[in-house]
Amino acid sequence: MPLPEITDSFTGSVNRITLGATKENGGTRTNTVTIGGARNVVYGGSFEDASEKPVIAMDVLDTRPRDWPDALVQAYDDVMDSPGDWAKKCVEEFGAELICIKFDGIHPDKDDKDADHAVKVTEEVLKSVGVPLILWGSRNDEKDNQVMPKVSGAAKGEKCLIGTISEINYKSLTAIAMADGHYLISEAPIDINIAKQVNILASDMGFPLERIVTFQATGALGYGIEYAYSIQERQRLAALTGDKMMAMPAICDVGYESWRAKEAKLEDAPGWGSIADRGPMWEATTAVCLLQAGVDIIRMRHPRSVAVVKNFINKVWS
Amino acid sequence: MILIGERINGMFTNVKEAIADRNKQVIQELAQKQTEAGASYLDVNVGTAASDQESAIQWLVETIQETCSTPLSLDSQKPAVIAAGLKAVNIENGVILNSTPLNKKSDEEVFDKYLEMAQQAGPKGSIIALTMDKNGVPQDIDTRVSIAAEIVSKATEKGFDTQRIFIDPIILPVKVPNAQVQPGNILSAIDQIKYLSDPAPHMTIGLSNLSQGATERSIINRIFLAMAISRGLDSAIVDVLDRDLMNAVATAEMLMNKQIYSDSFLKVYS
Repeated sequence: MPLPEITDSFTGSVNRITLGATKENGGTRTNTVTIGGARNVVYGGSFEDASEKPVIAMDVLDTRPRDWPDALVQAYDDVMDSPGDWAKKCVEEFGAELICIKFDGIHPDKDDKDADHAVKVTEEVLKSVGVPLILWGSRNDEKDNQVMPKVSGAAKGEKCLIGTISEINYKSLTAIAMADGHYLISEAPIDINIAKQVNILASDMGFPLERIVTFQATGALGYGIEYAYSIQERQRLAALTGDKMMAMPAICDVGYESWRAKEAKLEDAPGWGSIADRGPMWEATTAVCLLQAGVDIIRMRHPRSVAVVKNFINKVWS
Repeated sequence: MILIGERINGMFTNVKEAIADRNKQVIQELAQKQTEAGASYLDVNVGTAASDQESAIQWLVETIQETCSTPLSLDSQKPAVIAAGLKAVNIENGVILNSTPLNKKSDEEVFDKYLEMAQQAGPKGSIIALTMDKNGVPQDIDTRVSIAAEIVSKATEKGFDTQRIFIDPIILPVKVPNAQVQPGNILSAIDQIKYLSDPAPHMTIGLSNLSQGATERSIINRIFLAMAISRGLDSAIVDVLDRDLMNAVATAEMLMNKQIYSDSFLKVYS
């Protein structure tokens, strides 16, 4: 039976954005990273319609995490007290294209660190690696509003991706990101209507839509990945059919969500196979699935899963 | 929704005078305002008054392109005027040739001429084709659909992508005696024409004609537009500066799940 030729074409496209500023552009990054630009769904249309190659951002925490499973601790134990060294290891040994500094340590329920600490960590990581940075708050609105503007200022002109803004807390970070020349992450709780609303709110403040990356919240394999997949797909189809309020590249937090799954970290489970393999497999599977929905940046943690996902990206986007 | 801004038309006094005086400011302001209001294309019609329509359309195109890159809809029933406009158009932006009937008594080949010009204008060149032939504007649903079918099949034969065709079923003024049945006929025609091909041709209408000579023009226009969107209309030549009309478009599209709902859904076109 002959296979019918299916060539859906679209009128819209995803915004293409370049993160990071090199010396010529007023920053200190040694390279930039360009994402987005898709004019069709993944595997759809011609090669020219495909997005830029998706990239992996590896997580570096501002303070040593206390709740990470052994498999992750083993990978980073020697550098976990030094965010600069940690970032360097991710870039030099594991090929991270972006570093995402996750400021868990400033959260009042964790280490409740202050803005000086966060600024110091930012400066340290900026010095130790040349890749563009993502600066991600603690998800405590009050504390983030105190600390993240200072973090933004410490990286002024570096064209970082900073976040997150939400429907109820967007004003101060949007204003500071605009002033410091950064890109914004707009967050919504797996709710496409709110996602669009956050983008409109930022745009109403004069923030260019072309400098936003969306974060729809992520669910790992077994923990809501189908919702995450559907919403990424819906956002992408809206972008491709010309909805400029949804035409942003997308980021997913695969590392954190995958390593929360009990399948990734439960040691006493003889029927589930080796604990050393389960976590990386869980993370890699989640990432590969979401990449097929069109996600542009994947936040990840384990070096082995990063290697698997890089291999997948290189096969599909070449 | 592909909205074609209607305001740069020699039928309007200020545009007519601007063309006669070669006053760029009036035209450029209209181009910018309509673009900001959410026009996907700007219609460019020199009207009937211009003494030399070919040089007038070229001047309009150049004047508009100096100030914005919104794609243009070259609006004339004369192939020579369209051809003159095309010479000045930046085809990278895209262009619509507006419009041609299937055929005319005076020119059996008129559709082919427009199609050929659209093909030569590159992959972003489209045409608006009227469901009208040498017998004039049909009053019933079936003739409209059968003319549309001929348009689609002629274009397909020549390898022209159906997504580059806009079918205009021709809306008549509702105030004209015995014309009150026409809006309903147009809706039924839209229903049927959408099934002529897959992918379907675009459907467009020159909306303001509906309320020609009537009172309460704005509400007539926007209610009918919402009704037509619910039947599959995906384009219209409209006054994009009419805020209520644009709100009606945003609401109708949101209710038909063509636009994702957000609390600020009215802002999608501005």
